[in-house]
Amino acid sequence: MLIYQHSRSGRRATAQAPLQTADLSAIPKRFRRQQRAELPEVSEMQAVRHYTRLSQQNFSIDTQFYPLGSCTMKYNPRGCNSLAMLPEFLARHPEAPADHSQGFMACLYELQEILKEVTGMQAVSLSPAAGAQGEFAGVAMIRAYHDARGDKARSEILVPDAAHGTNPASAVMCGYRVRETPSGADGDVDIEALRRLVGPQTAGIMLTNPSTLGVFDRNIEAIATLMHEAGGLLYYDGANLNAILGKVRPGDMGFDVIHVNLHKTFATPHGGGGPGAGPVGVSERLQPYLPVPMVAREGEHYHWLTEESCPESIGRLSTFAGNAGVLLRAYIYARMLGGEGMERVAEYATLNANYMLKRLTDAGFDAAYPERRATHEFILTLQRQAKELGVNTMDFAKRLLDYGFHAPTTYFPLQVPECLLIEPTETESREELDGFIEALCRIKQEAEEHPEQVTGAPYNLPVKRLDDVRAARELDLVWRPDNN
Amino acid sequence: MPFIPHTEEDLREMLAAIGVPDIEALFDEIPATLRCGKLIRLPQAISEMEVTGLMSARARQDGAPVCFVGAGAYDHHIPAAVWQLASRGEFYTAYTPYQAEASQGTLQVLYEFQSMMAALTGMEVSNASLYDGATALAEAVLMAVRANRKSRSRRILVPRTLHPAYRRVVQAMVGKQNIELVELPFDPAGGHTDPAALAAFEGQDITALVIPQPNYFGVLEEVDLLTDWAHANKTLAIAVVNPVALALLHPPGSWGEEGADISCGEGQPLGAPLSSGGPYLGFICCRQKLVRQMPGRIVGRTRDLDGKIGYTLTLQAREQHIRRSKATSNICTNQGLMATAATIHLALLGSEGLERVAAACHANARSLVQKLTALEGVEPLFNRPTFHEQVLCLPVPADDVLRQLSAQDLLGGLNLSRDYPELGNAILVCATEKRTELEMDDFQRKLRAILTC
Repeated sequence: MLIYQHSRSGRRATAQAPLQTADLSAIPKRFRRQQRAELPEVSEMQAVRHYTRLSQQNFSIDTQFYPLGSCTMKYNPRGCNSLAMLPEFLARHPEAPADHSQGFMACLYELQEILKEVTGMQAVSLSPAAGAQGEFAGVAMIRAYHDARGDKARSEILVPDAAHGTNPASAVMCGYRVRETPSGADGDVDIEALRRLVGPQTAGIMLTNPSTLGVFDRNIEAIATLMHEAGGLLYYDGANLNAILGKVRPGDMGFDVIHVNLHKTFATPHGGGGPGAGPVGVSERLQPYLPVPMVAREGEHYHWLTEESCPESIGRLSTFAGNAGVLLRAYIYARMLGGEGMERVAEYATLNANYMLKRLTDAGFDAAYPERRATHEFILTLQRQAKELGVNTMDFAKRLLDYGFHAPTTYFPLQVPECLLIEPTETESREELDGFIEALCRIKQEAEEHPEQVTGAPYNLPVKRLDDVRAARELDLVWRPDNN
Repeated sequence: MPFIPHTEEDLREMLAAIGVPDIEALFDEIPATLRCGKLIRLPQAISEMEVTGLMSARARQDGAPVCFVGAGAYDHHIPAAVWQLASRGEFYTAYTPYQAEASQGTLQVLYEFQSMMAALTGMEVSNASLYDGATALAEAVLMAVRANRKSRSRRILVPRTLHPAYRRVVQAMVGKQNIELVELPFDPAGGHTDPAALAAFEGQDITALVIPQPNYFGVLEEVDLLTDWAHANKTLAIAVVNPVALALLHPPGSWGEEGADISCGEGQPLGAPLSSGGPYLGFICCRQKLVRQMPGRIVGRTRDLDGKIGYTLTLQAREQHIRRSKATSNICTNQGLMATAATIHLALLGSEGLERVAAACHANARSLVQKLTALEGVEPLFNRPTFHEQVLCLPVPADDVLRQLSAQDLLGGLNLSRDYPELGNAILVCATEKRTELEMDDFQRKLRAILTC
């Protein structure tokens, strides 16, 4: 039932708005709304019940194992949330002057320093609102760098075929043409193919390492050398940073610019689709182009770096300073982990993934890259099951929901047929992993014995499998009184 | 180990199952030359108790001054239920609803959000959120360039009365795609975009006209005339609106003869705390016929195998994970939780409640301006109708005054000299429904003391 369907004309959560009506004579009639907007009219309790019940129709980290590959669905510590929501932080206006901002700015400054250290970059700007905006900022800086050198012939960005869709989309927003580089049979970038694509037209390459194929690209130094010799720059997509935290740093691999997804590696909540935060870090030569604002320190005093102090900046990417509340959560998380805690993140995330990979392949599942170590995630391919049993990856995914597990990422990366990209994260216990492994094995057995049991899933959720074709064909995006 | 559940025994058995001697062996594919040492420059771990002390001290250090600043971020009352509900783990710690059957809660909330935003703006469809108001406008500009097939110029008219940060963000986000932003001057007496200023562009190929309502100065624009001019000139009209103001003001869907083509803006006033500028909530609505040019996630209502109503992400062929370099936008993670809060906020207020909030803001702003302009030398700069913000001219440099007020725990407005040097000692002041007569009297008293000393 929609909130609108609880609505009755004249009902109102009266405690929630000023009681007296005000004098509106200063607004001439031609500017005034003639008819009230169609919003629900419900009591406070009706609203509370309605949204509480809706929340119960979600899977979430707090309620289920959520091994969504490349999304790093780790536990979001409660302390980070409650401290970022201290009343003074919530009440701080973005234009508050420096004398009412030193505590907040100290947190941001220290987060910039922490991210510099864990990524091995020279400077950091926290302002991008999510990973895709970090990518945009990174590629825009690559372009600003080439433009400043008068190097106008560089019109292409290279992107591996396994990359997140945001990579090519971000490059296009920066005015570049995108060329895809293939992956080899072992999952690493095919370096000979890459060599043929690199030239004076190449502005840079966007890489995730470990890649979205769940393996660490062993040729990264050769790729960096190849790119730099051709005058191109390397962009690091931080989606998989959780795998290498404290083990190897993008700056040391030769990357010139990176973004970090704080909502992945730094445990800030995903919020049903956001907000995230996608800070960018750069090597020295890209430092002048970082997006504003940033925080600088002079003695014990913090101040903002804005357009005036950074004239070569690629500019501003949000009205104020990005998703500040997310930045505070990430800062608090980083302080609770410390350096040692961050190394443990990569260690136990990798342990969990390799344990699952081993047990699942032992149980008869096919790894996409059986010769390779798992990183913090790995790929199974269900091509065999799809062909022999007529049960595909989507069916397995839906059946997993019945067993009380959120499905892994499905059908991504695109070049691995019938794939499941599984990322357990370091915060899951062995028992939880064992339960998931057992469920996958049972589903495999079901698929062998009663395939229709799997292809008809899910059964135990608020709805059965939804008709996506109908959703796209008979668009129904908005409730109206005549569309009940 | 904070947040890691493994016991020594777990570790031993898991390593044995994998068949490696230690965890370090799992990193053997990383070239040894690349491995970093200990991250010694990071601070030592501290406990939750210690970090609580640290953060509480920093929060106290910043204090909570009484806020008469708006300028794109507004201090509204948020019903307690909004964040108690939005902070429920099931909303807070879920992700993008890729598995629709296991995400009906988030999906239905977003469908309700789309419905409410479409109702407020008077538009036919809405998406499920963008980052913030400024990026929503940048996306609206890109969308207009794709949608206006009659135009080839990629020229966008942007009034100088639009929020300066929005103008900068749009430039940063669309400037690399050969899109030209042309600034429209404002009327120095009214503080609004004079429709007559458009005569200079009559008959030219203009892709879109941006129309803020209210504008950055709090002034109401002649939205009907501007929209009609756009359509007569084969130009798309992009509305940038404050959703709280829309409870009182003519919605963009019915501006002029045909209504705006795209409406976008900052959803922060709907349940998001000021929180230093984010996370906020970008929204974008449009005509049904433009929906395939929309950026970002969209939720649709459909049926399941049994014919039962359910919700799912739809029109995904527009999006980066399917269309890659040909997507309508690169956006992936959006501001879903803020959209959830906005939906609950609007459900609790209803249209009458929202109208009362808007009316109280308007009345408070008038009252504030009356009190402040009663002081010698403090004058309203513009003579046109406003919503809940206004530009005042001070007899002395604004920075000094604002600094002294801030030292007395009162944020007395925003100095406009950086972005509008032509306005002299001008400040932009705002009063929401939260500001009391007592606080406004106090503002007056403090300002009088500063100006007379």
